[in-house]
Amino acid sequence: MTTATTAAAGLRLTLERVTLGYGRGGVLRDVDLEIEPGEILTVVGSSGSGKSTLLRALAGLLPPYRGRILADGAEVTGPSPDRAMIFQEDGLLPWRTVLRNVELPLAIRKVPRDERRRAAREWIARVGLAGSEDRLPRELSGGMRQRVQLARALAAAPRAVLMDEPFGALDAQTRAEQQPLLLDVLRDTSATVVFVTHDVDEALLLGHRIAVITSDGVRILAEATRERIVKEL
Amino acid sequence: MSAVRTAGPRAALDVPAPAEPPRPRAGWRGWAIRIASPLVAAGLWQLLTVTDARIWLRFDRLPSLDEIAAEFAAQLGTRVYYLDLLQSLIRILTGFGIAAVAGVTVGVLIGRSRRAGDVLTPLLEAVRPIPAIALVPIAILLFPTDEQGIVFITCTAAFFPIMVSTRHAVRALPTLWEDAVRTLGGTRRHVLVNVVLPGVLPGVFGGLSIGMGVSWICVISAEMISGDFGVGYRTWQAYTLVDYPATVVGMITIGALGWLTSALIELVGRRATRWLPRAAKEGRA
Repeated sequence: MTTATTAAAGLRLTLERVTLGYGRGGVLRDVDLEIEPGEILTVVGSSGSGKSTLLRALAGLLPPYRGRILADGAEVTGPSPDRAMIFQEDGLLPWRTVLRNVELPLAIRKVPRDERRRAAREWIARVGLAGSEDRLPRELSGGMRQRVQLARALAAAPRAVLMDEPFGALDAQTRAEQQPLLLDVLRDTSATVVFVTHDVDEALLLGHRIAVITSDGVRILAEATRERIVKEL
Repeated sequence: MSAVRTAGPRAALDVPAPAEPPRPRAGWRGWAIRIASPLVAAGLWQLLTVTDARIWLRFDRLPSLDEIAAEFAAQLGTRVYYLDLLQSLIRILTGFGIAAVAGVTVGVLIGRSRRAGDVLTPLLEAVRPIPAIALVPIAILLFPTDEQGIVFITCTAAFFPIMVSTRHAVRALPTLWEDAVRTLGGTRRHVLVNVVLPGVLPGVFGGLSIGMGVSWICVISAEMISGDFGVGYRTWQAYTLVDYPATVVGMITIGALGWLTSALIELVGRRATRWLPRAAKEGRA
Protein backbone atom coordinates (compact mmCIF):
# COMPACT_ATOMS: atom_id res chain seq x y z
CA MET A 1 0.00 0.00 0.00
CA THR A 2 2.93 2.27 0.56
CA THR A 3 3.38 3.64 -2.94
CA ALA A 4 -0.29 3.89 -3.66
CA THR A 5 -1.39 5.75 -0.57
CA THR A 6 1.30 8.37 -0.18
CA ALA A 7 -1.03 10.72 -1.98
CA ALA A 8 -0.68 14.44 -1.65
CA ALA A 9 -3.32 16.21 0.38
CA GLY A 10 -6.81 16.50 -1.06
CA LEU A 11 -7.79 19.34 -3.35
CA ARG A 12 -10.01 22.19 -2.30
CA LEU A 13 -12.64 22.59 -5.01
CA THR A 14 -14.48 25.86 -5.33
CA LEU A 15 -17.34 26.82 -7.60
CA GLU A 16 -17.90 30.56 -7.99
CA ARG A 17 -21.26 31.51 -9.45
CA VAL A 18 -21.00 28.73 -11.97
CA THR A 19 -23.64 28.20 -14.63
CA LEU A 20 -23.45 24.91 -16.47
CA GLY A 21 -25.27 23.46 -19.39
CA TYR A 22 -25.07 21.91 -22.80
CA GLY A 23 -26.30 24.21 -25.52
CA ARG A 24 -28.98 26.75 -24.69
CA GLY A 25 -30.38 27.04 -21.21
CA GLY A 26 -28.25 26.15 -18.21
CA VAL A 27 -28.83 22.93 -16.34
CA LEU A 28 -27.39 24.51 -13.19
CA ARG A 29 -27.42 28.24 -12.51
CA ASP A 30 -25.21 30.37 -10.32
CA VAL A 31 -23.82 27.57 -8.20
CA ASP A 32 -21.58 28.52 -5.28
CA LEU A 33 -19.96 25.59 -3.56
CA GLU A 34 -16.89 24.99 -1.44
CA ILE A 35 -15.61 21.45 -1.16
CA GLU A 36 -13.10 21.00 1.67
CA PRO A 37 -9.81 19.15 1.17
CA GLY A 38 -10.09 15.49 2.10
CA GLU A 39 -13.81 15.40 2.74
CA ILE A 40 -16.33 13.08 1.17
CA LEU A 41 -19.14 15.21 -0.19
CA THR A 42 -22.15 13.35 -1.47
CA VAL A 43 -24.38 15.18 -3.89
CA VAL A 44 -27.99 14.00 -4.05
CA GLY A 45 -30.39 14.92 -6.78
CA SER A 46 -33.13 13.42 -8.85
CA SER A 47 -32.29 12.26 -12.34
CA GLY A 48 -31.91 15.09 -14.81
CA SER A 49 -31.07 17.56 -12.07
CA GLY A 50 -27.56 18.12 -13.36
CA LYS A 51 -25.52 15.89 -11.05
CA SER A 52 -23.40 14.45 -13.80
CA THR A 53 -23.03 17.87 -15.39
CA LEU A 54 -21.62 19.20 -12.13
CA LEU A 55 -19.08 16.38 -11.94
CA ARG A 56 -18.06 16.70 -15.57
CA ALA A 57 -17.40 20.38 -14.95
CA LEU A 58 -15.30 19.60 -11.88
CA ALA A 59 -13.36 17.06 -13.95
CA GLY A 60 -12.67 19.71 -16.56
CA LEU A 61 -14.57 17.84 -19.28
CA LEU A 62 -17.22 20.56 -19.53
CA PRO A 63 -16.19 24.22 -19.42
CA PRO A 64 -18.60 26.35 -17.36
CA TYR A 65 -20.91 28.59 -19.32
CA ARG A 66 -20.37 31.32 -16.72
CA GLY A 67 -18.40 31.56 -13.52
CA ARG A 68 -15.20 29.88 -12.37
CA ILE A 69 -14.21 26.51 -10.98
CA LEU A 70 -11.08 26.48 -8.85
CA ALA A 71 -8.90 23.62 -7.69
CA ASP A 72 -6.71 24.84 -4.81
CA GLY A 73 -7.21 28.34 -6.13
CA ALA A 74 -6.17 27.60 -9.70
CA GLU A 75 -8.81 27.80 -12.37
CA VAL A 76 -9.85 24.50 -13.93
CA THR A 77 -9.43 24.71 -17.70
CA GLY A 78 -9.34 21.05 -18.66
CA PRO A 79 -8.99 17.51 -17.35
CA SER A 80 -6.09 16.75 -15.08
CA PRO A 81 -4.78 13.53 -13.52
CA ASP A 82 -5.21 15.33 -10.17
CA ARG A 83 -8.96 14.94 -10.56
CA ALA A 84 -9.82 11.34 -11.39
CA MET A 85 -13.33 10.44 -12.43
CA ILE A 86 -15.31 7.25 -12.03
CA PHE A 87 -18.18 6.88 -14.44
CA GLN A 88 -21.55 5.27 -13.92
CA GLU A 89 -21.29 3.39 -17.17
CA ASP A 90 -18.10 1.51 -16.99
CA GLY A 91 -15.33 3.56 -18.47
CA LEU A 92 -12.91 0.66 -18.68
CA LEU A 93 -11.28 0.09 -22.03
CA PRO A 94 -12.83 -3.22 -23.11
CA TRP A 95 -9.77 -4.39 -25.05
CA ARG A 96 -7.47 -4.03 -22.05
CA THR A 97 -7.24 -6.59 -19.29
CA VAL A 98 -7.95 -5.58 -15.70
CA LEU A 99 -4.25 -5.17 -15.04
CA ARG A 100 -3.64 -3.09 -18.14
CA ASN A 101 -6.62 -0.88 -17.38
CA VAL A 102 -5.34 -0.14 -13.89
CA GLU A 103 -1.84 0.45 -15.26
CA LEU A 104 -3.08 2.99 -17.78
CA PRO A 105 -2.85 6.18 -15.67
CA LEU A 106 0.61 5.12 -14.52
CA ALA A 107 1.68 4.42 -18.08
CA ILE A 108 0.46 7.88 -19.06
CA ARG A 109 2.65 9.26 -16.29
CA LYS A 110 5.56 7.27 -17.69
CA VAL A 111 6.03 5.20 -14.54
CA PRO A 112 8.52 2.42 -15.36
CA ARG A 113 6.88 -0.87 -16.30
CA ASP A 114 7.89 -2.95 -13.27
CA GLU A 115 6.87 -0.28 -10.86
CA ARG A 116 3.50 0.36 -12.45
CA ARG A 117 2.77 -3.35 -12.70
CA ARG A 118 3.46 -3.75 -8.99
CA ALA A 119 1.34 -0.73 -8.05
CA ALA A 120 -1.50 -1.89 -10.27
CA ARG A 121 -1.45 -5.37 -8.72
CA GLU A 122 -1.54 -3.82 -5.26
CA TRP A 123 -4.59 -1.76 -6.14
CA ILE A 124 -6.37 -4.68 -7.75
CA ALA A 125 -5.84 -6.69 -4.58
CA ARG A 126 -6.98 -3.71 -2.52
CA VAL A 127 -10.38 -3.71 -4.22
CA GLY A 128 -10.66 -7.46 -3.76
CA LEU A 129 -9.95 -8.58 -7.30
CA ALA A 130 -6.62 -10.36 -6.90
CA GLY A 131 -6.53 -13.21 -9.41
CA SER A 132 -8.60 -11.32 -11.99
CA GLU A 133 -5.67 -9.34 -13.38
CA ASP A 134 -5.69 -11.01 -16.76
CA ARG A 135 -9.43 -11.00 -17.35
CA LEU A 136 -11.15 -8.71 -19.81
CA PRO A 137 -13.84 -6.29 -18.60
CA ARG A 138 -16.56 -8.27 -20.38
CA GLU A 139 -15.69 -11.27 -18.23
CA LEU A 140 -16.47 -9.36 -15.02
CA SER A 141 -19.76 -8.52 -13.37
CA GLY A 142 -20.89 -4.90 -13.17
CA GLY A 143 -19.84 -4.62 -9.54
CA MET A 144 -16.39 -5.96 -10.29
CA ARG A 145 -15.98 -3.58 -13.20
CA GLN A 146 -16.79 -0.63 -10.96
CA ARG A 147 -14.13 -1.81 -8.51
CA VAL A 148 -11.61 -1.95 -11.35
CA GLN A 149 -12.54 1.62 -12.20
CA LEU A 150 -11.96 2.56 -8.57
CA ALA A 151 -8.54 0.90 -8.60
CA ARG A 152 -7.67 2.62 -11.87
CA ALA A 153 -8.76 6.01 -10.56
CA LEU A 154 -6.80 5.66 -7.34
CA ALA A 155 -3.68 4.04 -8.83
CA ALA A 156 -2.28 7.36 -9.95
CA ALA A 157 -2.84 8.91 -6.49
CA PRO A 158 -5.24 11.67 -7.54
CA ARG A 159 -5.97 14.52 -5.16
CA ALA A 160 -9.67 14.42 -5.91
CA VAL A 161 -11.95 11.57 -6.95
CA LEU A 162 -15.17 12.42 -8.73
CA MET A 163 -17.68 9.59 -8.67
CA ASP A 164 -20.68 9.73 -10.95
CA GLU A 165 -23.26 7.30 -9.53
CA PRO A 166 -20.75 4.48 -9.67
CA PHE A 167 -23.27 2.04 -8.22
CA GLY A 168 -26.26 3.43 -10.08
CA ALA A 169 -26.49 0.55 -12.51
CA LEU A 170 -26.02 -2.18 -9.90
CA ASP A 171 -28.76 -4.16 -8.19
CA ALA A 172 -29.47 -3.39 -4.55
CA GLN A 173 -27.57 -6.32 -3.13
CA THR A 174 -24.42 -5.75 -5.16
CA ARG A 175 -24.58 -2.08 -4.28
CA ALA A 176 -24.76 -2.91 -0.57
CA GLU A 177 -21.62 -5.00 -0.98
CA GLN A 178 -19.71 -2.27 -2.80
CA GLN A 179 -20.38 0.58 -0.37
CA PRO A 180 -18.36 -0.68 2.64
CA LEU A 181 -15.52 -1.63 0.33
CA LEU A 182 -15.49 1.86 -1.09
CA LEU A 183 -15.43 3.46 2.36
CA ASP A 184 -12.65 1.12 3.36
CA VAL A 185 -10.54 1.99 0.35
CA LEU A 186 -11.18 5.70 0.61
CA ARG A 187 -10.15 5.71 4.28
CA ASP A 188 -6.56 5.20 3.18
CA THR A 189 -6.47 8.13 0.82
CA SER A 190 -6.49 11.77 1.65
CA ALA A 191 -8.14 12.67 -1.63
CA THR A 192 -11.21 14.85 -1.72
CA VAL A 193 -14.19 12.83 -2.87
CA VAL A 194 -17.29 14.12 -4.62
CA PHE A 195 -19.82 11.31 -4.85
CA VAL A 196 -22.99 11.85 -6.84
CA THR A 197 -26.06 9.68 -6.31
CA HIS A 198 -29.83 9.71 -6.49
CA ASP A 199 -30.01 7.32 -3.53
CA VAL A 200 -30.56 9.23 -0.27
CA ASP A 201 -29.46 6.33 1.93
CA GLU A 202 -26.27 5.93 -0.05
CA ALA A 203 -25.56 9.64 0.35
CA LEU A 204 -26.09 9.43 4.11
CA LEU A 205 -23.93 6.32 4.43
CA LEU A 206 -20.95 7.58 2.47
CA GLY A 207 -20.84 11.35 2.90
CA HIS A 208 -19.18 13.49 5.54
CA ARG A 209 -21.32 16.28 4.21
CA ILE A 210 -24.31 16.15 1.92
CA ALA A 211 -25.36 18.56 -0.77
CA VAL A 212 -28.67 18.49 -2.58
CA ILE A 213 -29.33 19.66 -6.10
CA THR A 214 -32.73 21.24 -6.52
CA SER A 215 -34.23 23.59 -9.03
CA ASP A 216 -32.85 26.47 -6.93
CA GLY A 217 -29.28 25.26 -7.17
CA VAL A 218 -26.86 23.29 -5.05
CA ARG A 219 -27.06 23.55 -1.27
CA ILE A 220 -25.09 21.92 1.50
CA LEU A 221 -27.32 20.58 4.27
CA ALA A 222 -25.87 21.25 7.70
CA GLU A 223 -28.03 18.75 9.57
CA ALA A 224 -28.71 16.10 7.00
CA THR A 225 -31.30 13.52 7.87
CA ARG A 226 -33.26 11.31 5.55
CA GLU A 227 -36.39 13.39 6.07
CA ARG A 228 -34.65 16.70 5.41
CA ILE A 229 -33.13 15.48 2.19
CA VAL A 230 -36.34 13.95 0.92
CA LYS A 231 -38.14 17.19 1.72
CA GLU A 232 -35.50 19.23 -0.12
CA LEU A 233 -35.78 17.08 -3.21
CA MET B 1 -27.67 -10.75 -31.03
CA SER B 2 -29.22 -8.78 -28.18
CA ALA B 3 -25.95 -8.73 -26.29
CA VAL B 4 -24.18 -7.02 -29.16
CA ARG B 5 -26.66 -4.20 -29.24
CA THR B 6 -26.64 -3.55 -25.51
CA ALA B 7 -22.90 -3.99 -25.37
CA GLY B 8 -20.57 -1.20 -24.49
CA PRO B 9 -20.74 1.12 -21.56
CA ARG B 10 -24.39 0.55 -20.70
CA ALA B 11 -23.94 -3.12 -20.02
CA ALA B 12 -22.76 -2.36 -16.50
CA LEU B 13 -25.57 -4.41 -14.99
CA ASP B 14 -24.93 -7.44 -12.92
CA VAL B 15 -27.75 -9.21 -14.65
CA PRO B 16 -26.29 -11.60 -17.20
CA ALA B 17 -27.37 -11.04 -20.77
CA PRO B 18 -30.37 -13.18 -21.64
CA ALA B 19 -29.06 -16.44 -23.00
CA GLU B 20 -29.89 -17.07 -26.62
CA PRO B 21 -31.58 -20.36 -27.28
CA PRO B 22 -28.81 -22.67 -28.47
CA ARG B 23 -28.96 -23.22 -32.17
CA PRO B 24 -29.53 -26.89 -32.83
CA ARG B 25 -26.33 -28.46 -34.10
CA ALA B 26 -26.29 -29.95 -37.52
CA GLY B 27 -26.78 -33.67 -36.99
CA TRP B 28 -25.57 -36.39 -39.36
CA ARG B 29 -28.57 -35.64 -41.53
CA GLY B 30 -27.56 -31.98 -41.79
CA TRP B 31 -24.04 -32.91 -42.76
CA ALA B 32 -25.25 -35.42 -45.30
CA ILE B 33 -27.32 -32.70 -46.96
CA ARG B 34 -24.39 -30.27 -46.89
CA ILE B 35 -22.15 -32.77 -48.65
CA ALA B 36 -24.83 -33.93 -51.06
CA SER B 37 -25.76 -30.43 -52.24
CA PRO B 38 -22.48 -29.55 -54.02
CA LEU B 39 -22.19 -33.14 -55.31
CA VAL B 40 -25.59 -32.90 -56.96
CA ALA B 41 -24.64 -29.54 -58.52
CA ALA B 42 -21.38 -30.99 -59.83
CA GLY B 43 -23.23 -34.02 -61.22
CA LEU B 44 -25.69 -31.75 -62.97
CA TRP B 45 -22.83 -29.79 -64.56
CA GLN B 46 -21.19 -32.98 -65.73
CA LEU B 47 -24.48 -34.29 -67.17
CA LEU B 48 -25.22 -31.06 -69.04
CA THR B 49 -21.72 -30.67 -70.50
CA VAL B 50 -21.16 -34.32 -71.46
CA THR B 51 -24.51 -34.48 -73.26
CA ASP B 52 -23.82 -31.11 -74.93
CA ALA B 53 -27.20 -29.89 -73.77
CA ARG B 54 -28.78 -26.94 -75.59
CA ILE B 55 -31.82 -25.98 -73.56
CA TRP B 56 -31.88 -22.28 -74.46
CA LEU B 57 -28.70 -22.06 -72.30
CA ARG B 58 -25.94 -23.72 -74.32
CA PHE B 59 -23.71 -26.13 -72.47
CA ASP B 60 -22.14 -27.68 -75.55
CA ARG B 61 -19.04 -25.51 -75.51
CA LEU B 62 -18.45 -25.59 -71.75
CA PRO B 63 -15.81 -28.01 -70.51
CA SER B 64 -16.90 -31.06 -68.52
CA LEU B 65 -15.67 -31.75 -65.02
CA ASP B 66 -13.16 -34.38 -66.07
CA GLU B 67 -11.65 -32.02 -68.67
CA ILE B 68 -11.32 -29.31 -66.03
CA ALA B 69 -9.80 -31.72 -63.51
CA ALA B 70 -7.29 -32.99 -66.04
CA GLU B 71 -6.32 -29.45 -67.02
CA PHE B 72 -5.99 -28.45 -63.36
CA ALA B 73 -3.72 -31.40 -62.63
CA ALA B 74 -1.59 -30.55 -65.66
CA GLN B 75 -1.28 -26.88 -64.68
CA LEU B 76 -0.32 -27.73 -61.10
CA GLY B 77 2.76 -29.38 -62.57
CA THR B 78 3.88 -26.29 -64.48
CA ARG B 79 6.08 -23.46 -63.30
CA VAL B 80 4.04 -20.76 -64.95
CA TYR B 81 0.95 -21.55 -62.86
CA TYR B 82 2.79 -20.69 -59.66
CA LEU B 83 4.47 -17.65 -61.19
CA ASP B 84 1.06 -16.27 -62.18
CA LEU B 85 -0.29 -17.00 -58.75
CA LEU B 86 2.64 -15.31 -57.07
CA GLN B 87 2.46 -12.32 -59.39
CA SER B 88 -1.23 -11.73 -58.64
CA LEU B 89 -0.64 -12.19 -54.92
CA ILE B 90 2.22 -9.69 -54.89
CA ARG B 91 0.06 -7.16 -56.74
CA ILE B 92 -2.87 -7.59 -54.41
CA LEU B 93 -0.83 -7.55 -51.22
CA THR B 94 1.07 -4.42 -52.27
CA GLY B 95 -2.05 -2.55 -53.38
CA PHE B 96 -4.15 -3.72 -50.48
CA GLY B 97 -1.38 -3.09 -47.96
CA ILE B 98 -0.93 0.51 -49.10
CA ALA B 99 -4.71 0.97 -49.13
CA ALA B 100 -5.06 -0.40 -45.60
CA VAL B 101 -2.48 1.98 -44.14
CA ALA B 102 -3.70 4.98 -46.14
CA GLY B 103 -7.39 4.20 -45.58
CA VAL B 104 -7.09 3.89 -41.81
CA THR B 105 -4.89 6.98 -41.58
CA VAL B 106 -7.16 9.17 -43.67
CA GLY B 107 -10.29 7.76 -42.01
CA VAL B 108 -8.99 8.58 -38.54
CA LEU B 109 -7.77 11.99 -39.67
CA ILE B 110 -11.16 12.95 -41.12
CA GLY B 111 -13.01 11.46 -38.18
CA ARG B 112 -10.96 13.30 -35.60
CA SER B 113 -10.11 16.62 -37.20
CA ARG B 114 -12.70 18.95 -38.63
CA ARG B 115 -10.05 20.83 -40.58
CA ALA B 116 -8.68 17.69 -42.20
CA GLY B 117 -12.25 16.75 -43.06
CA ASP B 118 -12.84 20.11 -44.71
CA VAL B 119 -9.76 19.71 -46.88
CA LEU B 120 -10.00 16.02 -47.78
CA THR B 121 -13.70 15.18 -47.93
CA PRO B 122 -14.56 17.08 -51.14
CA LEU B 123 -11.56 15.58 -52.97
CA LEU B 124 -12.31 12.07 -51.84
CA GLU B 125 -16.02 12.32 -52.49
CA ALA B 126 -15.28 13.51 -56.02
CA VAL B 127 -13.18 10.44 -56.79
CA ARG B 128 -15.15 7.86 -54.79
CA PRO B 129 -18.06 7.32 -57.21
CA ILE B 130 -15.66 6.43 -60.04
CA PRO B 131 -15.18 2.65 -60.14
CA ALA B 132 -11.47 1.99 -59.75
CA ILE B 133 -11.36 -0.04 -62.95
CA ALA B 134 -12.52 3.04 -64.87
CA LEU B 135 -9.23 4.65 -63.82
CA VAL B 136 -7.24 2.31 -66.07
CA PRO B 137 -6.51 5.02 -68.68
CA ILE B 138 -5.23 7.34 -65.95
CA ALA B 139 -3.14 4.54 -64.53
CA ILE B 140 -1.60 3.81 -67.92
CA LEU B 141 -0.81 7.49 -68.52
CA LEU B 142 0.38 8.17 -65.01
CA PHE B 143 2.69 5.28 -64.23
CA PRO B 144 5.86 4.30 -66.08
CA THR B 145 5.08 0.57 -65.92
CA ASP B 146 1.93 -1.56 -66.21
CA GLU B 147 2.86 -3.19 -62.95
CA GLN B 148 2.58 0.04 -60.99
CA GLY B 149 -0.66 0.87 -62.77
CA ILE B 150 -2.23 -2.41 -61.70
CA VAL B 151 -1.16 -1.87 -58.10
CA PHE B 152 -2.55 1.65 -58.26
CA ILE B 153 -5.96 0.40 -59.44
CA THR B 154 -6.03 -2.30 -56.76
CA CYS B 155 -5.04 0.18 -54.10
CA THR B 156 -7.63 2.78 -55.12
CA ALA B 157 -10.36 0.14 -55.12
CA ALA B 158 -9.58 -1.03 -51.59
CA PHE B 159 -8.87 2.43 -50.19
CA PHE B 160 -12.43 3.75 -50.20
CA PRO B 161 -14.25 1.02 -48.29
CA ILE B 162 -11.45 0.97 -45.71
CA MET B 163 -11.40 4.76 -45.35
CA VAL B 164 -15.17 5.08 -45.13
CA SER B 165 -15.63 2.34 -42.57
CA THR B 166 -12.77 3.73 -40.47
CA ARG B 167 -14.33 7.19 -40.57
CA HIS B 168 -17.70 5.81 -39.46
CA ALA B 169 -16.08 3.76 -36.71
CA VAL B 170 -14.24 6.85 -35.39
CA ARG B 171 -17.45 8.86 -35.30
CA ALA B 172 -19.39 6.03 -33.64
CA LEU B 173 -16.85 5.66 -30.83
CA PRO B 174 -18.46 6.30 -27.42
CA THR B 175 -17.10 9.51 -25.89
CA LEU B 176 -16.99 7.78 -22.53
CA TRP B 177 -13.68 6.04 -23.24
CA GLU B 178 -12.10 9.26 -24.40
CA ASP B 179 -13.37 11.10 -21.32
CA ALA B 180 -12.00 8.34 -19.10
CA VAL B 181 -8.53 8.56 -20.61
CA ARG B 182 -8.54 12.35 -20.48
CA THR B 183 -9.44 12.39 -16.77
CA LEU B 184 -6.53 10.03 -16.20
CA GLY B 185 -4.23 12.69 -17.62
CA GLY B 186 -4.20 11.45 -21.21
CA THR B 187 -3.33 13.84 -24.03
CA ARG B 188 -4.67 13.75 -27.59
CA ARG B 189 -1.93 11.32 -28.49
CA HIS B 190 -2.84 9.02 -25.60
CA VAL B 191 -6.48 9.13 -26.68
CA LEU B 192 -5.47 8.26 -30.25
CA VAL B 193 -3.25 5.34 -29.29
CA ASN B 194 -5.25 3.97 -26.37
CA VAL B 195 -8.83 4.67 -27.40
CA VAL B 196 -9.30 5.52 -31.06
CA LEU B 197 -7.05 2.97 -32.76
CA PRO B 198 -8.14 -0.06 -30.72
CA GLY B 199 -11.75 1.14 -30.58
CA VAL B 200 -12.20 1.41 -34.34
CA LEU B 201 -10.73 -2.04 -35.08
CA PRO B 202 -14.08 -3.86 -35.38
CA GLY B 203 -15.25 -1.31 -37.95
CA VAL B 204 -11.90 -1.26 -39.72
CA PHE B 205 -11.96 -5.01 -40.23
CA GLY B 206 -15.37 -4.71 -41.84
CA GLY B 207 -13.80 -2.29 -44.33
CA LEU B 208 -10.75 -4.51 -44.84
CA SER B 209 -12.99 -7.45 -45.74
CA ILE B 210 -14.88 -5.45 -48.34
CA GLY B 211 -11.64 -3.86 -49.53
CA MET B 212 -10.06 -7.26 -50.11
CA GLY B 213 -13.07 -8.31 -52.18
CA VAL B 214 -12.95 -5.30 -54.48
CA SER B 215 -9.16 -5.56 -54.67
CA TRP B 216 -9.50 -8.95 -56.28
CA ILE B 217 -12.12 -7.74 -58.70
CA CYS B 218 -9.80 -4.96 -59.77
CA VAL B 219 -6.54 -6.83 -59.90
CA ILE B 220 -8.11 -9.53 -62.10
CA SER B 221 -9.81 -6.99 -64.36
CA ALA B 222 -6.64 -4.93 -64.64
CA GLU B 223 -4.62 -8.02 -65.48
CA MET B 224 -7.12 -8.90 -68.19
CA ILE B 225 -6.72 -5.45 -69.72
CA SER B 226 -2.99 -4.94 -69.34
CA GLY B 227 -0.16 -6.98 -67.98
CA ASP B 228 1.64 -10.05 -69.20
CA PHE B 229 1.49 -12.25 -66.13
CA GLY B 230 -0.97 -13.08 -63.39
CA VAL B 231 -4.01 -15.29 -62.92
CA GLY B 232 -6.36 -12.78 -64.55
CA TYR B 233 -4.13 -12.39 -67.58
CA ARG B 234 -3.74 -16.16 -67.92
CA THR B 235 -7.48 -16.75 -67.63
CA TRP B 236 -8.29 -14.23 -70.34
CA GLN B 237 -5.50 -15.52 -72.53
CA ALA B 238 -6.88 -19.08 -72.24
CA TYR B 239 -10.29 -17.79 -73.31
CA THR B 240 -8.92 -16.00 -76.37
CA LEU B 241 -7.03 -19.19 -77.28
CA VAL B 242 -10.32 -21.12 -77.06
CA ASP B 243 -8.88 -23.23 -74.23
CA TYR B 244 -12.04 -23.39 -72.12
CA PRO B 245 -10.88 -25.92 -69.51
CA ALA B 246 -7.90 -23.64 -68.72
CA THR B 247 -10.27 -20.67 -68.48
CA VAL B 248 -12.31 -22.46 -65.85
CA VAL B 249 -9.15 -23.52 -64.00
CA GLY B 250 -8.19 -19.83 -63.89
CA MET B 251 -11.57 -18.94 -62.45
CA ILE B 252 -11.32 -21.61 -59.78
CA THR B 253 -7.86 -20.36 -58.87
CA ILE B 254 -9.12 -16.79 -58.57
CA GLY B 255 -11.98 -18.00 -56.36
CA ALA B 256 -9.65 -19.96 -54.13
CA LEU B 257 -7.25 -17.02 -53.73
CA GLY B 258 -10.10 -14.67 -52.91
CA TRP B 259 -11.49 -17.08 -50.37
CA LEU B 260 -8.08 -17.62 -48.76
CA THR B 261 -7.27 -13.94 -48.38
CA SER B 262 -10.75 -13.14 -47.01
CA ALA B 263 -10.47 -15.97 -44.52
CA LEU B 264 -7.10 -14.63 -43.43
CA ILE B 265 -8.55 -11.18 -42.76
CA GLU B 266 -11.47 -12.73 -40.91
CA LEU B 267 -9.08 -14.71 -38.75
CA VAL B 268 -6.83 -11.76 -37.94
CA GLY B 269 -9.92 -9.63 -37.28
CA ARG B 270 -11.33 -12.11 -34.79
CA ARG B 271 -8.02 -12.28 -32.98
CA ALA B 272 -7.69 -8.52 -32.81
CA THR B 273 -11.23 -7.97 -31.52
CA ARG B 274 -11.47 -10.72 -28.93
CA TRP B 275 -12.71 -8.19 -26.41
CA LEU B 276 -16.03 -7.81 -28.23
CA PRO B 277 -19.01 -9.35 -26.44
CA ARG B 278 -19.79 -11.58 -29.41
CA ALA B 279 -16.35 -13.16 -29.16
CA ALA B 280 -17.31 -14.48 -25.73
CA LYS B 281 -20.34 -16.22 -27.16
CA GLU B 282 -18.47 -17.83 -29.97
CA GLY B 283 -15.76 -18.87 -27.58
CA ARG B 284 -18.28 -20.64 -25.40
CA ALA B 285 -20.09 -22.29 -28.24
